[in-house]
Amino acid sequence: MTLALDKPRSPRRPAARRSNFELASWLFMRISGIALIVLVLGHLFIMNILDGGVHRINFAFVAGRWSSPFWQLWDLSMLWLAEIHGGNGLRTVINDYARKDTTRFWLKVMLYVSMVLILALGTYVIFTFDATIPAD
Amino acid sequence: MTDSAMATEQVVARGSRSNGTLYRGDPGMWSWVAHRITGVLTFFFLFAHVLDTALVRVSPNAYDQVIETYKSPIVNLLEVGLVGAVLYHALNGIRVMLVDFWAKGPKYQKPMLWTLLVVWVLVMVPGAYFMMVRTVSEMFGGS
Ligand code: HEM
Repeated sequence: MTLALDKPRSPRRPAARRSNFELASWLFMRISGIALIVLVLGHLFIMNILDGGVHRINFAFVAGRWSSPFWQLWDLSMLWLAEIHGGNGLRTVINDYARKDTTRFWLKVMLYVSMVLILALGTYVIFTFDATIPAD
Repeated sequence: MTDSAMATEQVVARGSRSNGTLYRGDPGMWSWVAHRITGVLTFFFLFAHVLDTALVRVSPNAYDQVIETYKSPIVNLLEVGLVGAVLYHALNGIRVMLVDFWAKGPKYQKPMLWTLLVVWVLVMVPGAYFMMVRTVSEMFGGS
């Protein structure tokens, strides 16, 4: 089967590509995906399956983990990569299904606001965690 | 290349289908639908999960209380579903990347789909067991 291509070798095409944003986004989905395999599947395994799973998780457990810079960095990278990977994926989904420009616009505003909120809150919590706060 | 492009590749090898559609209804389409649904679902869970974890900044008791809900039978079951969704998304994500970057990826997209489903089952059976033993034994009167 031959593909019908419009003169693929014609000398110069007009400046069709003004921005490489979608290419960068496509690449980012794949690079972050590779990192998330380790970060997310590791997180799910440790938290849900390894010795006792969710039943051993409580404030003291979190305090123990976040006393180590290793797990702080793990969780921080996972937060940022998953939020941007998932948010960027949702941007594609909104572009695909929103039919009116205003709908698309407001859905994206909600998406970006929620991303900023989650990234700011999550980062704040990791950096300011205090194991000695009063019990209630 | 997306799943839709994969299906096109495959049609080149197989010849056009008698119903005249190249991609619609093909397993390649469903693998993409599932990838999209699991991705969006995980994103929404991440939103809730950062909020519940943020309670560690409020007080140990507030945090321990939400975490208790994760240990209840229904949420425990939902959590197994979430792990299954993320695992599918991750495995299919690897498949998508292999199709994009590995020269033979497009040719093997279909066997890779069956392989990932087998891997999914092999991981989920013991995974679901370890996630639920304690809940199930407590429900039926064990310790
Ligand atoms: C665990 C490792 C993960 C891998 C290997 C992975 C891989 C991928 C890849 C390669 C794509 C692009 C698909 C394409 O362009 O056709 C993608 C899309 C997407 N991912 Fe992930 N991902 C992972 C984790 C996550 C997580 C944790 C979330 C949610 C926070 C997520 C949400 C999404 C969404 C919403 C899309 C867009 C789906 C679409 O456009 O149909 N992914 N993923």
